[in-house]
Amino acid sequence: MTALIRAERLGIHRPGTTEPVLDNVNFSIEPGEIVTVVGPNGSGKSSLVRALLGHVALAAGRVMRLTGLRIGYVPQRVHIDTAMPMTVRRFLSLPRRVADAEAAAMLRRVGVEGVEQRQITQLSGGQFQRVLLARALLHDPQLLVLDEPTQGLDQPGIVAFYKLIEQIRAETGAAILLVSHDLLVVMRASDRVLCLNGHICCEGTPQQVSSAPEYRALFGAESEGTLALYRHHHDHDHDHDHDHDHGADHHGDHGHPHDAHPRGHHHA
Amino acid sequence: MMRIRGVITMLDDFLVRAVLAGLGLAIAAGPLGCFVVWRRMAYFGDSTAHAAILGVALSFAFGVSIYAGTLAVALAMALLVSALVGRGHAMDTLLGVAAHSALALGLVAASFVPGLRVDLTAFLFGDILAVGRADLAWIWGGALLVLGLLIWRWQRLVSATVNEELAMAAGIDTRLERLILAVALALVVAVAIRIVGALLISAMLIVPAAAARTWSRTPEQMAMIATGVAALSVAAGLWSSLRLDSPAGPSIVVAAAGVFAFGAIFRKG
Repeated sequence: MTALIRAERLGIHRPGTTEPVLDNVNFSIEPGEIVTVVGPNGSGKSSLVRALLGHVALAAGRVMRLTGLRIGYVPQRVHIDTAMPMTVRRFLSLPRRVADAEAAAMLRRVGVEGVEQRQITQLSGGQFQRVLLARALLHDPQLLVLDEPTQGLDQPGIVAFYKLIEQIRAETGAAILLVSHDLLVVMRASDRVLCLNGHICCEGTPQQVSSAPEYRALFGAESEGTLALYRHHHDHDHDHDHDHDHGADHHGDHGHPHDAHPRGHHHA
Repeated sequence: MMRIRGVITMLDDFLVRAVLAGLGLAIAAGPLGCFVVWRRMAYFGDSTAHAAILGVALSFAFGVSIYAGTLAVALAMALLVSALVGRGHAMDTLLGVAAHSALALGLVAASFVPGLRVDLTAFLFGDILAVGRADLAWIWGGALLVLGLLIWRWQRLVSATVNEELAMAAGIDTRLERLILAVALALVVAVAIRIVGALLISAMLIVPAAAARTWSRTPEQMAMIATGVAALSVAAGLWSSLRLDSPAGPSIVVAAAGVFAFGAIFRKG
């Protein structure tokens, strides 16, 4: 199959300097794939995404996008100023207008039915992320790009969000490019993981990456958790009730969902 | 024929001309003022408006229409400031420097132009009651141009204002939209110079829009309510000017501020 986006020997400099942010990065994403980019803060994750979208000037290499590629994008830290009145319904019609029925159906799909007339700045963090996702899913994207989509969500919220992403991929067949540092959860949902730190440290299946020495050097103790979780999950591959998605869809299993998972607190 | 002649004779009345001039300003300043509030461009508006005094001085010196002179200088200032802002200088300080030095430079330049010294107050605070037919043509021409520009680009302008990254991902050139707003701002400055004067132009942009924020749920509602508030303020300011002999330009702004205060106090019952 042809790649939706392919980047070759990509290099990016910090704006106005010759200081490299990314160097010699090769990247591609195929239809229907879920690819996750992980890496410490300042490792160039967002820069890679913005280069793939064509928002930043390249210092080296090239980016090729499939002609007419439809991309749905949820940027990192979307801030909407309260100076502007904006209902959820109006927001979904920017920049292209959508019919009421379409907007309602998409909001229902992402689990925030009926918020149309709410002011967008009054939504909770989780609701707002879902509205952004709904907006990205309008106009039938072939590729969904989500840059740290779960920032500000609590652990159950994060788990529920990724579950939704997986469902959407299954339903629409859209490829999904995720940037995240929710290592534990996100890697499990991915087909392929790219570990970035100015350059590509390692890449491969979640299992390959989580056992790679480069990855462990970057993420230290946390990576142990990833590996353990990953193995654990696959040992129980057919037992979905014994999932680690505590708190999201399970009720009464345990009184303190966070305590059930000691490694779940890395997300500050 | 009778009706057309009737309308034309109506324009003989200075009050009718003043009302029409004020309404012209309202239809442009209402919606554009919303963008100034949404994008937190208040200082940007100030520096462009204050540059108008320099434009007036140059127009007198070279004997060209004050509208042409004001528009040219305001446009130059708007483009300069928007270029500097794009380069990531400390915006607040930079715009403050630009706004105040534009005004000071204009006042110094005006002092060298014989005759303008006497008239200067009219350009600082406006003289809506002295608006003539030619002024009306400029004012309405400029105002309709601004309104047309904003309506034409509306979806793109609002998208770029809500969030630049989302707009860019949708293929919107956010720099172009910024440029369009800068041009619209320069046009409004030229429209408003005779009506409320250089010092109160940004008040006419910000105060009605700020008042409208309280009662609006969407950008479109806010733009329309801001236009209504601006029009109402023009009427109230002119009334006050006739009845109480208060200066017209400042009275219009006071009226708009009154609407803002009313909204701030009485919102949500």
